[in-house]
Amino acid sequence: MSTEVPSRSTPDASDLSPSSAAETKKYKVIGTRPIRHDGADKVTGKARYTSDVLLPNMAYGALVRSPYAHARIVSIDTSEAEAMPGVLATMTSADLPDPWDKVENLGEGCINYAHLSGNVLARGKALYKGHAVAAVCATNAHLAEEAAAKIKVEYEPLPAVTWVLDAMKEDAPLLHDNLVTQALGEESARPSNIGAHIHFEQGDLEAGWAAADVIVEREFKTSSIHQGYIEPHVSIAMWNEDGRLKIWTGTQGSFVVRQQMAELLKIPVSQVLVIPCEIGGGFGGKIAVYEQPVAAVLSRKCGRPVKIAMRRDEVFEATGPTPGSYMRVKLGATKDGKLTAGEAWLAYDAGAFPGGVIGPGCMCVFSCYDIPNAVVDGYDVVANKPKVQAYRAPGSTHAAFACESVIDELALELKIDPLDFRLKNAVQEGSRRVDGPVYPRIGLIETLEAVRDSQHWNSPLEGPNRGRGIACGFWFNAGLQSSVTAAVNPDGTVSMSEGSTDIGGTRASIAMQLAETLGIAATDVQPQVVDTDSIGYTDVTGGSRVTFATGLAAYQAGLDIQKQMVRRAAELWECDVDQVTVEDGVYRYGDAALSFKELAVKLNNAGDPIVGRASVSPQVSTNAFGAHIVDVEVDPETGKVTILRYTAVQDAGKAIHPSYVEGQMQGGAAQGIGWALNEEYFYDDEGVMRNASFLDYRIPTAFDLPMIETIIVEVPNPDHPYGVRGVGEVPIVPPPAALAIAIHRATGCRMHELPMSPPHVWRAMQDR
Amino acid sequence: MTPVKKHVTTKINGESVEFLCEPRQSLLEVLRDDLALTGCKEGCNNGNCGACTVVLNGRPVNSCLVLAVEAADASIETVEGIAEQGHLDPVQQCFLEGAALQCGICTPGFIVAAKALLDKNPDPTEAEIRFSLAGNLCRCTGYDKIIRAVQAAAQARLAAQQSS
Ligand code: FES
Ligand code: FES
Repeated sequence: MSTEVPSRSTPDASDLSPSSAAETKKYKVIGTRPIRHDGADKVTGKARYTSDVLLPNMAYGALVRSPYAHARIVSIDTSEAEAMPGVLATMTSADLPDPWDKVENLGEGCINYAHLSGNVLARGKALYKGHAVAAVCATNAHLAEEAAAKIKVEYEPLPAVTWVLDAMKEDAPLLHDNLVTQALGEESARPSNIGAHIHFEQGDLEAGWAAADVIVEREFKTSSIHQGYIEPHVSIAMWNEDGRLKIWTGTQGSFVVRQQMAELLKIPVSQVLVIPCEIGGGFGGKIAVYEQPVAAVLSRKCGRPVKIAMRRDEVFEATGPTPGSYMRVKLGATKDGKLTAGEAWLAYDAGAFPGGVIGPGCMCVFSCYDIPNAVVDGYDVVANKPKVQAYRAPGSTHAAFACESVIDELALELKIDPLDFRLKNAVQEGSRRVDGPVYPRIGLIETLEAVRDSQHWNSPLEGPNRGRGIACGFWFNAGLQSSVTAAVNPDGTVSMSEGSTDIGGTRASIAMQLAETLGIAATDVQPQVVDTDSIGYTDVTGGSRVTFATGLAAYQAGLDIQKQMVRRAAELWECDVDQVTVEDGVYRYGDAALSFKELAVKLNNAGDPIVGRASVSPQVSTNAFGAHIVDVEVDPETGKVTILRYTAVQDAGKAIHPSYVEGQMQGGAAQGIGWALNEEYFYDDEGVMRNASFLDYRIPTAFDLPMIETIIVEVPNPDHPYGVRGVGEVPIVPPPAALAIAIHRATGCRMHELPMSPPHVWRAMQDR
Repeated sequence: MTPVKKHVTTKINGESVEFLCEPRQSLLEVLRDDLALTGCKEGCNNGNCGACTVVLNGRPVNSCLVLAVEAADASIETVEGIAEQGHLDPVQQCFLEGAALQCGICTPGFIVAAKALLDKNPDPTEAEIRFSLAGNLCRCTGYDKIIRAVQAAAQARLAAQQSS
């Protein structure tokens, strides 16, 4: 059991007091709720997002996209477009260097540069509706769109396939003639749409089934959905005559954009400068490049900066969906409620190129439970859809929908309370996950206990057509590389530079850790997200890693500053370095005592300026677990599901800025709710998405949701000085399963397919 | 072929403004690209996200759905005009204190729409706030903290009124 008390944090807007857990640890800054440093910029409209950047003499690009889901490109004729007044340049994939088959990990998954290049501009074949095939730039954006319409592309349409099981069939249309299946280090002889077969196992599955008294097996399906960030993809490229390429973009990783640009354009990384602008949401979908290399080549051709902004329909049709999936999960347990065996068979589509999110799906499917005998098989399958990208805990939400639903059914068959059943089988320190790792100190049990003790769980839910569900979720959380520098200013404040683009308040959570280390106020640290020439390498803002890893770098940069300050204080006081003590930001020698600020002011007049630096690469997962409770009412006439009450419970390790931890939990839950109840790509028989707008692809609005209550559990992460675990991703994982279970309690119907939109729920109620 | 431009005179944030625009240009495009009022954002350009919300003649509108020529002789308020004389509006202040933004791309639209709501209905219920802001999409926050910030701003405005 944790030494920490879960801090119940469902504050009124007026309750901005420090959390109780912060008091127990006696932190001064950590656990408080200061106003974020970039806040005023963002509420006044002054913050600069990429599309707000207007460069002198800027040209505008537009893309020509395939109207077919699958087609051979016979010819491309740009001559008519080029003849238009105001048109500056055109390009096709022939203007990109020949790509190489090189695979690299970009932090939230691997990328193959040949595939990436072929996704940026189609080579030979268009592989999905909306696949970019050519581009043009002109003196204004309207002209560029008109010119794009004048680029003549002749296509030979081919049969398309969008559903993962259809794509796996022997006679399915092949997307890539040379794609063979990678399985356990071997390659299949024949090409197919299956890029990889993943297999994990532990224990003895047959013995596990034999030991089970009850076995439940079910199949599940989910549709493709989109990250749905409100800011469309926008970039500006300026390729100077001296060979230097500058990119302004809203990205989750400026250094990984630099890397991708260098690889795709075959230029040294030193020739690329990426200037990260504010980013209007990403959720995993703004890591891979799309329009950036196109803008770069057009800029080189026309000698001007070129801006390319996608329309919303382009965002839906050509960027990052999460996979559609088919899953089978089978679990067995003894009469007294101990899981003995589990088997999962998962097929996720990867979109047009192999390398989707099946890997983490397979690792996550049984990640919450101690199952001694288990086998997992997973298939990565290409289909005529946009290339799948990471979406918040990529792959885990699908798998949890399947596993948690079966867990619930199994518990009911065993006549064991589903929460007790989960508690009995929950993973803890020492449990081995099916893909190998043994968990260090984790907080799933404490999270489930917080559910059990919560006001929500203990309040009655009455009335017809109502039901309550609960489900768990897991995400690994990454470490990876981060760099921070921090300079002490003459007035005793600190200017901090870091490379993690701030997607939701991480300037504050990183600066607060530096402030805590130095014993100064959060407002005395001024954080800046800087460009790729101005800081050491920093991996993506993804994997829920920034507050953990870049925060760790800030802590170490703080220690570096402190060491220098101690040395300088010793010089000042003419004593030995080890005679100077530091506590809570006060430096002491004998009777002399100076605060950090006082000392900084004194040191300013003499000697070297004080600059701290640190770079880190923690090789650990910080292992986050969450559990959500939801109450619903289902309209028997229409099948519409209304959420009456929602509570998200999660182990955050240590909440640095509790408001932003709650915000991650609430935002993730809302995305999971949208996934569960509304969102889906509607494909017609031709493989064309028929709902590529925010009107027809409905994400939750303020009117669709209730308040989302949060309970932050704090089981400190042993691998971080302040105990931080990643928090961003795990809250999207439980909602679909929790809602499916709640709908079951309300209607008696088991939902095996996402989304559980009114037509699907209504149909299930008719069939019951 | 660039179409003939129209001359438009209007009032933005209390100041008289003139511009030339093509008939096909939206108010959003002119505000952002020609007048450098980049506080209003483009999320969809077809009226479905509310990121481009401005107040036109006292009513919140999606500026991507208004033609720039329709702004002639109108009065427009954008997010740039909300903070006055170095002071944030209570709505802005409550968004900051309540951590009602993450990426911030939806924030200007929400601030303009929320202020317009409170100007019309100073003490709205939670349901009224949710209904009024349903045209503004936020993908990051789950809306909880946004709704609470608007509630807090309403209370702050009422308190300020009573004390004055
Ligand atoms: S940009 Fe105007 S409503 Fe989305
Ligand atoms: S804060 Fe990102 S969309 Fe609302």
